[in-house]
Amino acid sequence: MKFRAKIIDVGCLNHFTRVVNTISKLTKTCILRLTPDNLYFVLSGKISSGGVSMWCELSQANFFDEYQLEGVAPDANEICLEVTPENLSRALRTVQNAKCVKIKLTKKHCPCLTFAAELPTLSSISRVVTHDIPVDVIPRRLWQDFKEPKMPDFDVGIYLPPLKTMKNVVDRMKNLSNFLVMEANLNGEMNLKIETDLVSVTTHFKDLGNPPWGGDGSQGRSQSRDPELMAHTRVDIRKLQQFLMGQQVNPSKAMCNIVHKRIIHLILLHEDVSLQYFIPAVA
Amino acid sequence: MSLSTQSQMVEDNYVLVASLDNVRNLSNILKAITFKDHAIFNATPNGLKVTVEDSKCLQANAFIQAEIFQEFTIKEESVGFQVNLTVLLDCLTIFGGSTVAGVTTALRMCYNGYGYPLTLFLEEGGVVTVCKINTQEPEEPIDFEFCSTNVTNKVILQSESLKEAFSELDMTSEVLQITMSPSQPYFRLSTFGNSGNAHYDYPKDSDMMELFQCSETQTNRYKMSLLKPSTKALALSCKVSVRTDSRGFLSLQYLVRNDDRQICFVEYYCCPDEEVDEE
Repeated sequence: MKFRAKIIDVGCLNHFTRVVNTISKLTKTCILRLTPDNLYFVLSGKISSGGVSMWCELSQANFFDEYQLEGVAPDANEICLEVTPENLSRALRTVQNAKCVKIKLTKKHCPCLTFAAELPTLSSISRVVTHDIPVDVIPRRLWQDFKEPKMPDFDVGIYLPPLKTMKNVVDRMKNLSNFLVMEANLNGEMNLKIETDLVSVTTHFKDLGNPPWGGDGSQGRSQSRDPELMAHTRVDIRKLQQFLMGQQVNPSKAMCNIVHKRIIHLILLHEDVSLQYFIPAVA
Repeated sequence: MSLSTQSQMVEDNYVLVASLDNVRNLSNILKAITFKDHAIFNATPNGLKVTVEDSKCLQANAFIQAEIFQEFTIKEESVGFQVNLTVLLDCLTIFGGSTVAGVTTALRMCYNGYGYPLTLFLEEGGVVTVCKINTQEPEEPIDFEFCSTNVTNKVILQSESLKEAFSELDMTSEVLQITMSPSQPYFRLSTFGNSGNAHYDYPKDSDMMELFQCSETQTNRYKMSLLKPSTKALALSCKVSVRTDSRGFLSLQYLVRNDDRQICFVEYYCCPDEEVDEE
């Protein structure tokens, strides 16, 4: 088992940092899955995390100048680690102007991801800052928990409005209520609703457009659907707020799939990063 | 049901409709009096008066004249109701209360009378939010019987000068003592805190002093905790009038300019904490 990678380009470093920051806003711990081509940050919907799951996929070639991986076995060429994203984010924060950052899986007192950053200096003596971040190696028998979640058989898929607008609205609604109903139809309309003893608030978004999920067979349910008919799901408003708060990636596309009364599936696409986030319904 | 028909139905039976192109002209001034949840709204053809009270010792009123609104239609002589002000403010700032030039939230506020919710339609950049805030029967605001004929001392200051003093006030002091006098020290704010006593004196011929009308020496103490909320109004205002009457009641009137440079007023009344023996 061996992993080492190197970032030289400052743009890549910034971008990688933003992704890690985003992840750290969403969860305290998660799984980092390393494969020869990709890195994945994975959170599987455990009850302890409120049933939320996350799947974030990065193509290694777009971030790293060097990338070497030897998995646990020839027939399973990958490594699965449990990490605390906040620790990664903190390490990256201090190495923002580094000339290069090396990331290595090491064995110190315990398994660690070691970040070694070479900082710029005026003299000829180099300065190197090293962060050892403890991780847990996940044994192979548990890997099945961290497979890519299947796209649910959703009722309505819709493009999200600007995330900043959505965040403002959700922030205020969070002050008023613990739960929020998200509803959308195939006519490009989405509503966010709360209702309490004191107040009911509905924000109406329109002309958002519905993504053309053609050809992958997962859209069976939505084909014959009345375009005006809303699919809705009631969720814990904090989970949605968390998702909106962490957004530092500036996605080129943001979408949401709603399985009526079951789950909302949020997807952010960036050219080399994709983030999926699943929030289950509450009764 | 489409939004316009919803709005239409509400408006058919309204007793009060008020519209603003920029919701900040209402939300900002309401923030200046937000220290308790319950706010009493009283609308008359002249405009809207919003009252908040604390412990029967403090009262804050915000006045938004009818002219501030782009539309202000009222079908009765006076319309009153009570709502939760914190909830109202969250609704009014649902789009974040952006201060970016050119981005404003428009508001249409409708009330159908006793027993109906206060309905708000807010719009920013094509996104519409509809809020229905439950209303309660309005309580009668306390009459502090503060009338201008009983005013003994009055000063009008540029808010700038008072902001400075208030930002440096020793908040460990339980009371703020205000001395107003036709002779030295003219206008003095005093605190008695953990680290000692402090006095802030304003000479009567200061540039900051727009008006100085003191007929007798008066020293009164006011609970710091009661005066604290008024700093929100002070922060927004450009001028403040400080008055005390023969009973030692304090009136603070703030002149506030909104985003469109129009003038609104916020006033605070506060009971004195205790009599101070004059020597």
